[in-house]
Amino acid sequence: MRYVESLNQALHQLMAEDERVFVLGEDILDPYGGAFKVTRGLSSAYPDRVLTTPISEPSITGFATGMALRGLHPILEIMFGDFITLCADQIVNSASKFSWMYNGQVEVPLVIRTPMGGRRGYGPTHSQTLESLFLSVPGLTIIAPSHFHNPGDLLRRAVLAGEGPVLFVENKLLYPQRLSRLDAAGRIGDFYAEVLVAHSENYPSISLNLARGERADVTLIAYGGMAPLAAEAALNVFMQDEIWVETIIPSLIKPFPLPDVLLSVRKSGRVVIAEEGVRTSGWGAELASQIYEVALHDLAKPIGRVGARDLPIPSSRPLEDQVLPQVADIEAAIYHQIME
Amino acid sequence: MTIENLKAVSLAANLREQFYYQMVLVRRFEERVFELFARGELFGTTHAYIGQEANAVAVLNHLQDDDIVVSNHRCHGHYLTRTGDVEGLMAELMGRVGGVCSGRGGSQHLCSTNFYTSGIQGSTVPIAAGMAYAEKQNGTGTIVVLFVGDGTFGQGTIYETFNMISLWQIPLLVVVENNRYAQTTPLVLSFAGSFLTRAKAFDLSAGEIESNDVEELYPRFGRIIQEVRDRCGPHVEVIHTYRLCAHSKGDDHRPPAEIEAWGGKDPLKILGQRITTERRSELEKRACDRIDQAEAVAKEMPFPTLGQQSGPSSR
Repeated sequence: MRYVESLNQALHQLMAEDERVFVLGEDILDPYGGAFKVTRGLSSAYPDRVLTTPISEPSITGFATGMALRGLHPILEIMFGDFITLCADQIVNSASKFSWMYNGQVEVPLVIRTPMGGRRGYGPTHSQTLESLFLSVPGLTIIAPSHFHNPGDLLRRAVLAGEGPVLFVENKLLYPQRLSRLDAAGRIGDFYAEVLVAHSENYPSISLNLARGERADVTLIAYGGMAPLAAEAALNVFMQDEIWVETIIPSLIKPFPLPDVLLSVRKSGRVVIAEEGVRTSGWGAELASQIYEVALHDLAKPIGRVGARDLPIPSSRPLEDQVLPQVADIEAAIYHQIME
Repeated sequence: MTIENLKAVSLAANLREQFYYQMVLVRRFEERVFELFARGELFGTTHAYIGQEANAVAVLNHLQDDDIVVSNHRCHGHYLTRTGDVEGLMAELMGRVGGVCSGRGGSQHLCSTNFYTSGIQGSTVPIAAGMAYAEKQNGTGTIVVLFVGDGTFGQGTIYETFNMISLWQIPLLVVVENNRYAQTTPLVLSFAGSFLTRAKAFDLSAGEIESNDVEELYPRFGRIIQEVRDRCGPHVEVIHTYRLCAHSKGDDHRPPAEIEAWGGKDPLKILGQRITTERRSELEKRACDRIDQAEAVAKEMPFPTLGQQSGPSSR
């Protein structure tokens, strides 16, 4: 099953099971079925609960917040993650605050789904990875499944938990990817795999190893669209130089998945964090800071951080590759960790 | 009966006294808030409703228990008229555990059953629309009343929402209280065209009235609210009014002659003339006693601490 199919099936299931679930967003009706086809078939099956909206991101975000305050479970699709800046006021000043600021008198069970990520030549305003802008918003949960997870399951849990609000970050390049699921032998492809739930039962992290033993040489942490690149880098350094990397792929990225990475970090003492968003003030910056606070003396080297350069994302594909982090950048960061 | 004829119909004496009490309660409450600020007993800031009391009373007395009210930064009048909860509001302003949000929200972030306010201009507009949409889906017959000021018309989200409530026929009554100033900026410096043409551009049912007379406003809103309920669709109603106090705490730069002229149209005076001096004093005293008591009780309450989620039931 592909990433996009998993999400689409989950939406169909959610709507079948729970009449409080509504899906709204721009251009989501059949036959188009949404810009990335995640909502395909929903408007035919549930015409009364699928709402195609005007191009009014600030207001449809507020509208969905109002629906959630009155007991519905709206799932709002924002067509491109770049447009999340238009939703920012309602996310920051309304949806994420209300439950606490009203002293627990309300819940806002709102899930905002949006695709982030580049590498398709969409250019400066349709390629970004902007979730890091929302890392310092109290009350907001951010989930970003990789293809090593079951994205549909994670979406179902986010909606059914009814807590919210949740920013559910999908990745454009992952949509057509086949899911890499854990098999009965405990493996995902070439990797020994383990599901980590110390951080969250509902939104686990996946640990990938190419060897078994006391400790990996390097702990590599990456999420969402960086997961396939991280796995490839781990495979390459193992094949080339038998460097054993434990790759940890969280799905619940805010709150930060410290509990799922700490054991590995303490054993390896060498850490690389890779993200597609800009490196400056990124997800990795905060996670590294949290690791330093509790595990500084276990570290053999300063934590390596890989991310996009501080530039807009260009349209030209070769140029885009120079701005966004590549497999080679992750490999270089891994080699830097093991160099004496 | 036309609206013009309704204007001539006077209220039953008991209703008139009820309205006067509600209005004087808001007026004296807001005055007390200013006093408490002057004495350093309140945190933050406040936006008083002085001069606009007739609007809240004329609108909110028509609502059913399940109907929803969404207000704005200038919300004390709406809250007191809707809930009568002087104690909860006073404790909230004083930042105490018994406040309606246990001190977390403060003056412009109130919430109780079916009542919500927030402090970002325009943000409440689509939220109120989403609430009304949810109620319509649930078939409850509930309507949502949203109060906004003239200043909110500077925000794009109000037009995005006008589009949606018209397109989807959502049972939302937007009450625009045009007090002619957005903080210190007069309408003439920030507003082109008119409220009605803006609303009508979206094919919204819309009307306007200039009045501070609750006996003129009350029957008008009775008809409007019944229509919104029957049609299960939207309406925008503009009340041209005036705020007889500063935007916040003393930032008043309006021409004194203008303020004085509007003082002659004080809604409390207009209604007060129709009530005997004796009854008026009794109602005044009832309101002041209520406020005294709320202040005394709130002062005895502890300040909240983190980790404590006291909830409305604790007060």
